[in-house]
Amino acid sequence: MKIDVPKLQAIANQIRQDIIAMLLEAGSGHSAGPLGMADVFTALYFHILNHDPKNPKWQDRDRLVLSNGHICPLWYAALANAGYFPREELKTLRKFGTRLQGHPHNLATPGVENSGGPLGQGLSQAIGMALGAVLDKKRSHIYCVMSDGEHDEGQTWEAILFAGKNKLHNLTAIMDRNNIQIDGFTEDIMPLEPIRAKYEAFNWHVLEVDGHNIQQIIDACNEAKAIFEKPTMIICHTIPGKGVDFMENQYEWHGKPPNKEEARIALHELRTLGGKIRGEHE
Amino acid sequence: MYLVDTYQAVQKVPTRNGFGEALVDLGGKNKDVVVLCCDLTESTRAQGFKDKYLDRFFEVGVAEQNLAGIAAGLALWGKTPFICSYGVFSPGRNWDQIRVSICYSQANVKIAGAHTGVTVGPDGATHQALEDVACMRVLPNMTVIVPCDTVETKKATIAAAQIRGPVYLRFGRDKMAVVTTEDTPFVVGKAQVFREGSDAVVVASGPLVYEALLAAQQLEKEGLSICVVNCSTIKPLDEQTLVEVARKTGCVVTAEEHQVLGGLGGAVTEVLSQHCPVPIERIGMPDRFGESGESAELMKAFGMSAENIIKSIRSVIQKKKTRTCLMNVQNPAEHFYLPDGRQLKNLVELVIALETMDDLAYSKHVTSDKNDFASWIEHVLKNHSLADQVRSAPDKKEMAQLILEKING
Repeated sequence: MKIDVPKLQAIANQIRQDIIAMLLEAGSGHSAGPLGMADVFTALYFHILNHDPKNPKWQDRDRLVLSNGHICPLWYAALANAGYFPREELKTLRKFGTRLQGHPHNLATPGVENSGGPLGQGLSQAIGMALGAVLDKKRSHIYCVMSDGEHDEGQTWEAILFAGKNKLHNLTAIMDRNNIQIDGFTEDIMPLEPIRAKYEAFNWHVLEVDGHNIQQIIDACNEAKAIFEKPTMIICHTIPGKGVDFMENQYEWHGKPPNKEEARIALHELRTLGGKIRGEHE
Repeated sequence: MYLVDTYQAVQKVPTRNGFGEALVDLGGKNKDVVVLCCDLTESTRAQGFKDKYLDRFFEVGVAEQNLAGIAAGLALWGKTPFICSYGVFSPGRNWDQIRVSICYSQANVKIAGAHTGVTVGPDGATHQALEDVACMRVLPNMTVIVPCDTVETKKATIAAAQIRGPVYLRFGRDKMAVVTTEDTPFVVGKAQVFREGSDAVVVASGPLVYEALLAAQQLEKEGLSICVVNCSTIKPLDEQTLVEVARKTGCVVTAEEHQVLGGLGGAVTEVLSQHCPVPIERIGMPDRFGESGESAELMKAFGMSAENIIKSIRSVIQKKKTRTCLMNVQNPAEHFYLPDGRQLKNLVELVIALETMDDLAYSKHVTSDKNDFASWIEHVLKNHSLADQVRSAPDKKEMAQLILEKING
């Protein structure tokens, strides 16, 4: 399939605008992570994943497991834009009775594969699905999106060990390497570097990309699928808050939503050249 | 009920054996059954499955959180995973993974907690899971089963595979008396009355079921009629059966190899306090950690033997008597009305009434077909054994005497 990068960038921009609108409406939630991973999710849902929004339970689909559940506004926005449910529903985020829970719930939302929020649980779940696919001789590929901060959790490393041992070639993990967590920068809270070397030492194939370069993201995912002896980790270097100048690289924006004025500025940036993402291809 | 004939010469087999046999059976019948283990394959009895169905067996290493998470993923894919470790590790070390990845997601995972209770013995407190039932029971969507012997464990394991959703199965390490047979009914969510009785009921789980049967047998020699219920499904609790036996006997002893807080005793108390408040005594680990020792001596030391059950039965029956004798019937509609207009609301008033009643009045209430006093004691005061005694009293004088004796204990 030909990669239409400008089209994908436009979708990513739309998803970012949806995220700002959702968070403003919800009054709580995380801003930086969802914005930072918008390009990765766009690449996944609009190019990489083999899926069918009209048939979310299709057994042979590829699966995306979100381990750092707190960036789910992005997941919901991507799923809505892909056609899993109406975009108007995004405004119900975090409200009583909504299908869009504050952290993802597999039984609530079409297209959401796992329940998550407590960090460190997703990679294990993804491994289980990858084993299921191998047992049933299905070609489904399992993707697991993880944060860098959740590598503080012991379970993450238990899972990394297991996947390496079992040579899970149908498993691709994608790390949002944005260097922030709630209390500050990851390298201050609990240094992770050299993270690439750590994964390699655990028998993973490791790739590093610019997490805002859609072409690079897609190329890395294709390479991951071509690796048959190992699971692959794609370290996506991202800018938290990407697309909104005053949020970028500010860890204060990890866990809070914009207020009305901040949302107005953010949307303006995203809709105009301030949001270079659109400008580059228009 | 189809139980072994005599409890004295029973066979003793560890419950985990039944689990191992069931896994092999399930492996042959259902290709979606997979087994995962944390470096304890032989002692959790997952070995048989591994030997036969290696492609469906996964060694996770000493990593219980990952164990629960991988199983959740396999279940979300469509498999029926059984995860095996010791109770202190799983669910002891992976409660949040069980909560979120398994229960909240309605993932079809079966958690097998082996080596639970003080019967683990010499390994000591760190390895004696005594809190697992409590911490599994509070999770929504979870089913909790504590089988009483190896035969029931096999049935419970096979039944667990047929439930769509998370199940916690609890086993022991030590050999346990086999009291059930192939023919003993087992239904998830149904408590089984293993022995009928009217003076008190023992609601037991795990190895305490056997101890309860021994206790009941012993007390039978003294003329006490003790009901024994095997409450192997702790969640969902069979409220109907529990209320029935509590109503019939008027007092309850719970017995389990688990902390007295939050386990079977807690569950039964929650239900009965609401639907049939009767005196209850709870047998279990008395809110403390265990220690090293031999299985039998530990059960005795921590008060979880037949002797302790006997003691509690006596005590709870005494409480029932005191309660019945001192009880005032609150609802005037349930008072006993005499022809002369007197209104009785307790046993003391009944004794006085009998002593001052003429024969004609008495004969209106007691005929060859009926005994109004006995019926009132049975249905309003809920004291079946006293009602039976009153029914067999030859005249009003002896009846009054008999009730007086009961009041005086």
